[in-house]
Amino acid sequence: MTQQQASYGFWRAAGKRLWADKLARFCMAVLVVYFLVAGAAGMGWVAKDWNEEVGVSYANPSFLGDDYPNPQGKNSIISQDVLVIDEKQKAVDPLAPYYEEIEKNAAAYEKAEVKPSWTLLLGGDKWGRDVLDKVIKAGQVSISIGLASALLAVFIGTVLGALGGYFGGKLGDLLEWFYNIFTSVPYILLVLAFAAVFGKGVSTVILVLGFVGWTGTYRLIRAEYIKQRGRDYVMAANAIGASHGRKMFVHILPNVSHLILVQLSQLVVDFIKAEVILSFLGLGVPTDSVSWGIMINEVMPELVLGKWWQLATVAVVMSTFVVSFGLFTDLLRDALDPKASRR
Amino acid sequence: MSTYLLRRIWQMIPTLAGVMLLVFFLFNVFGGDPAAILAGKVASKEKIDAIREQLGLNAPIWVQLWIFVKQVFTFDFGASWSTNEAVSAIILQKAPVSLTVMLQVWLLDAIVAVTLAVAVAYKRGSFTDRAVMGICTAAMSISLLLYVVVGQWLLAYKLEWFPVLGWSDDFWTNVSTYAPLPILLLLFVSIAPSLRLYRSFVVEETGQDYARTARAKGASEHRVMFVHVLRNAAVPIVTNLALALPGLFVGSFLIEMVFSIPGLGKEIVNAVQRSDFPVIKAITVYLAMFAMAVNLLVDVLYKRLDPRVELK
Repeated sequence: MTQQQASYGFWRAAGKRLWADKLARFCMAVLVVYFLVAGAAGMGWVAKDWNEEVGVSYANPSFLGDDYPNPQGKNSIISQDVLVIDEKQKAVDPLAPYYEEIEKNAAAYEKAEVKPSWTLLLGGDKWGRDVLDKVIKAGQVSISIGLASALLAVFIGTVLGALGGYFGGKLGDLLEWFYNIFTSVPYILLVLAFAAVFGKGVSTVILVLGFVGWTGTYRLIRAEYIKQRGRDYVMAANAIGASHGRKMFVHILPNVSHLILVQLSQLVVDFIKAEVILSFLGLGVPTDSVSWGIMINEVMPELVLGKWWQLATVAVVMSTFVVSFGLFTDLLRDALDPKASRR
Repeated sequence: MSTYLLRRIWQMIPTLAGVMLLVFFLFNVFGGDPAAILAGKVASKEKIDAIREQLGLNAPIWVQLWIFVKQVFTFDFGASWSTNEAVSAIILQKAPVSLTVMLQVWLLDAIVAVTLAVAVAYKRGSFTDRAVMGICTAAMSISLLLYVVVGQWLLAYKLEWFPVLGWSDDFWTNVSTYAPLPILLLLFVSIAPSLRLYRSFVVEETGQDYARTARAKGASEHRVMFVHVLRNAAVPIVTNLALALPGLFVGSFLIEMVFSIPGLGKEIVNAVQRSDFPVIKAITVYLAMFAMAVNLLVDVLYKRLDPRVELK
């Protein structure tokens, strides 16, 4: 009971430290908005129709108005030729006698034709998709990949680090060997090698980033377990006959959990950045889905045509998220682990 | 010293063996059937069997592993699956291209970041210091991708200061025409984290007793900074620079793809897209070897720069 209270006290104190910082509160507010929107997109409440053609190709953003030059827009100088079938053509057209029948049959399947709009709130892309919807859906994909892969990496790193640090000896040597192998190949090269083998797809990206990115957490947690395993409270747990597993995960783990949280937060940012680059190179999220990296991949030909709104949207949305998350991680580290040096 | 070197090299063997095992199992066990990849979409049974026989895939796994080990030590990974060029020839041809860009980035980054770090460390705690650090934090948060895409569009396409992309066979044309923009963009990205790191190294040293002693005996602030402090801060800085070396060979995947620079980075990305396993395997193993050699070099350098370090 007393232990629980002490633990509660630590988190509460850290929470207070974090809350006292105005910047931290601001970052948290931004992040909450992002996570709510991403959650809503995940549930299908918003941006469900991101893949629908709702506007003309490269529809102008509303604030530019529909008279901003656009070959497909309202002010277009190109007009569609309407093919008129006159008597002369009907004479040579073998289908001519059936036209009425065809039209009657077609009427049964008639759909209300949605007229693509000239302008969209933040503009449209090449296929007339709404950039706002796209960036929300892309955010949901990118953020969930970042979170899931960070959870996986932190899980692997924590378990291996706990085993290596707590037991040491032969097992520790084996895990150190593992660590040396994974760190001797440059990080991004290892990611690409894994991506080459496992192919494309959202779940693959999560697995690849998770399997490659656990080394930092492992190092940290291992060092922490080596430090903690000789402490009095572990001896006390030993004296009352706690099993190894219980000592490792019930007694020691809560005492290093703040470090795990900071690691998790750091890795989410890193992995979102990595996912963006992988998707941009065409090795991450498949192109029938959308992520921030895929959106940036699409903008290069758009820029040449002078269509800057998709880039501007994705740049602002992504950078705001990454900057807020990065700052939040720094502040979280300060609040939870005041002794750690900041670089 | 030589016993130390021998022991370190001896200790590298298990790690190297581990890397080779990892690569082998990754590609040969999880990597799907290479014969199916090689034979293409419409493949007859006979064709696949013939390819399997040729690659030695019908042999037991330990024979295949032995083939792989022999490949590593004879520098003969056979031919690329997609272009049929010898893998060693590809590496020898592409690595210098990556280095043409990356060595300059590495040098310029070191010069600029160390100079700025010292300059900022003079004024530590001041408004300039905090402003520079703030800019660094912001610059670090923006994805490399955005720098590259926006930089290429703005500086090359809009302002026409540089060619949009390209590469030639002539070294000087490359250095003078095609390399500057990629180098500039990479510097934007790499200087911020280096500067933050080096500043922390320098500031840490300025607080040490020896710096105070130097000031007390009347040494000028410049002398303290450049003769006393920088000498000591050089140890972690040099380490950091040396550890960046293996990465130079792959260059930046992104920059090589966007600017069509035919270096190792582009080669790897293409190899991944085409499932060209021999190329990826070879580059991964050799880079790991190189990284291990660099780590050893760093430890020896440590001893050189800081005689207090005991090598054991």
